[in-house]
Amino acid sequence: MHPLAQAIQERFPQAVVAVSEWRGDVAVTVTREQVHDVCRYLRDDPAMDFDYMVHVSSVDWPDEEERFEVVWEVYSIRNRHRIRIKTRVPEQDCYVDSLTDIWRGAEFMEREVFDMMGIRFKNHPDLRRILMPDDYDEGWPLRKDFPLQGKGWRDTFDFLNEGAG
Amino acid sequence: MKGPARKHGTDMAHLEDQRETIYKVDPEHPATETLPVLRSEELLLNMGPQHPATHGVLKVILDLEGERITKSTVVMGFLHRGVEKLAEYGTYHQFIPHTDRLDYVCAMYNNFAYCRAVEKLMNITVPERAEYLRTIVAEVQRIIGHLFWLGTQALDIGAMTVFFYTFRDREILLDWFDELCGARLTTSWYRIGGVERDFTDSLEDKIRRFLEYFPPKIDEYVVFLEKNRIWLARTVGVAVISAEDALSFGLSGPTLRGSGVDYDLRKYESYGAYPKCEFSVPVGRNGDTYDRYWIRIEEMRESIKIIRQCMEQMPKEGPIMADVPSVTFPPKHRVFTNLESMIQQFKLFSQGFDAPAGEIYCGTEAHKGELGFYIVSTGGGKPYRLKIRSPSFIHMGAFDHMAKGYMIADAVTIFGSYDIVMGECDR
Amino acid sequence: MGLIQIGRKHEKDGDLGVITLSLEKAVNWARKGSLWPMTFGLACCAIEMIAAVSSRYDIDRYGAGVFRGSPRQSDVMIVAGTVCRRMAPVIRKIYDQMPEPKYVISMGSCATSGNIYDSYSVVQGVDRFVPVDIYVPGCPPTPEALFDGILKLQDQIMQKRVFTKQPDEVKPPAERTIV
Repeated sequence: MHPLAQAIQERFPQAVVAVSEWRGDVAVTVTREQVHDVCRYLRDDPAMDFDYMVHVSSVDWPDEEERFEVVWEVYSIRNRHRIRIKTRVPEQDCYVDSLTDIWRGAEFMEREVFDMMGIRFKNHPDLRRILMPDDYDEGWPLRKDFPLQGKGWRDTFDFLNEGAG
Repeated sequence: MKGPARKHGTDMAHLEDQRETIYKVDPEHPATETLPVLRSEELLLNMGPQHPATHGVLKVILDLEGERITKSTVVMGFLHRGVEKLAEYGTYHQFIPHTDRLDYVCAMYNNFAYCRAVEKLMNITVPERAEYLRTIVAEVQRIIGHLFWLGTQALDIGAMTVFFYTFRDREILLDWFDELCGARLTTSWYRIGGVERDFTDSLEDKIRRFLEYFPPKIDEYVVFLEKNRIWLARTVGVAVISAEDALSFGLSGPTLRGSGVDYDLRKYESYGAYPKCEFSVPVGRNGDTYDRYWIRIEEMRESIKIIRQCMEQMPKEGPIMADVPSVTFPPKHRVFTNLESMIQQFKLFSQGFDAPAGEIYCGTEAHKGELGFYIVSTGGGKPYRLKIRSPSFIHMGAFDHMAKGYMIADAVTIFGSYDIVMGECDR
Repeated sequence: MGLIQIGRKHEKDGDLGVITLSLEKAVNWARKGSLWPMTFGLACCAIEMIAAVSSRYDIDRYGAGVFRGSPRQSDVMIVAGTVCRRMAPVIRKIYDQMPEPKYVISMGSCATSGNIYDSYSVVQGVDRFVPVDIYVPGCPPTPEALFDGILKLQDQIMQKRVFTKQPDEVKPPAERTIV
């Protein structure tokens, strides 16, 4: 096993669900409840020292029981290693802990995940839509059951009826 | 409210004293206790989305106390085109033109970043001459991007002359791309596995002549700006961010290097022909706008060095596309004369190639920062999920932190010093 | 100069330098020669619009070099870039704020028809909510293509009626001969 994954497994034996290593990338899947603790350890432990948040994404697996996968990728500038932390979130209970108190850059990135997939982040300072307007009610665009052309919002121009500005 | 210390700039101390006098309530005249002489409120100012200086369609709501910004709320998404969802409906090859339009100022670097990501997924090695060609064009794009940035940043701050000079030089470079691939701006010359077309001899001559012509021009721009007291007053000490905060926010590129962190993917995870070139990465000290400006000027000089070395070391002949027929396109002249090539072309266009199941992330040092692609594949010709890690989007997350305490006019400087492009920010 | 073509020069006892022409033509000539665009760059086409302003392509020689930030002072809105549904009310508001006579040039394929972005948030053409006079295709159109659009707009302006009612169909001029 990759030494980083090994270290996480030793420190949080109940948290690690799966480890994968492919094309040089290490990805560790952890349980939803332990994500925050694992990430705090990743940032604070001197051997790990992951101080740079690369990205936060989400993937939709509609055929699986735990539908959404939230992915965080972090990098250590001093130690020059990177790791990907993943967790699964079911559709009914679509919550995961926010990591804004560990890496401040997570704020906008988590808002984007919320906007596109509908996954909520607990303790996020300002969780609202970011790329779509605040009152967009057609759903969550990047889900697999959302049509590419949308549901008609792009073709309705209700502001035209409000009269000239 | 006192702003942060500035090395150059207006002295606000006497104005602060005046404010105390105006607000001071006279105890011998109690009627004035309930009626302050000058009342101030916080003002909400909306900047954008249509605004000459916001570098695209971006809206910022500024909470102001007088001229000072107390809080800024960024509202973006006015150029959200749904590119990540469109990626899931087309093949990997079909996504290359979409990447052009992300950071449309230096379009080919996005192609480079995307092709690298797909090559990592498919485990393809690019031939040597193609690597050199790619690196040369990438550094030329970096120069184009920095010239555009310099022109618009100077224009925003008020130094209009520099804008015309930088665009003059930028036009020379855009002509090269016209000759190389037919388009000036959104070019899509990179392909998965190599590049589409080789340099012509006339283009190589033009590049060599440019390497002699350009360094004095950089000195010219510097002369316009660095002796200008107004430029210095508006950039030195403005929008300071510490290294720790910058890393925590995920900043990258010149914005991070201005704060003293030398993170540059061309050195940390070297790719292309960069391992064979000798160049240095400029790093700032104070984390202010002036440092970020200086870094970009020096990066242009370093780009010239890299291009010169690549032109000398590049093999004179060689394939420009990897020989993996299941993934890469055949040469165009064979498509119309050879049946196997035509079938290969047809299959790649209609169905795409068969990617293995798995996920990768690949980051590249674009001129704005780290541009990365996170691709999840379940096999087949279309990506299952394609996430674009765009530096502009992440830099906007730090805008509120950086703009606190500065004045409205500095908000425009901060946009420029981040060098954001909304195509990349909103995708 | 162009004046000689639209009017008739009177000559009497030497060169008086007087031109007679209809008031309508004079007004149209003034309007077409001083089209002040509004800075409305949305996406990549804005970069080519900026290149059209800079010294190599110099849009100022067509009179259209004075880019105003405010819609109240501009004549033509060059919608350059992808029109997203979120931006649409802003575009319409700015169009409404422009005083008459106003023109709209839709620059680029995204503003004309949505281009490759057939997705949930992109309006498939700005003419769905704003009347467009000239479409300039391209992705992005080169500055020369934009100039072609501006010249065609100038031809259209010369055809317009100023003091009388506009006929339902405005015939385009005969093809310009290139000398």
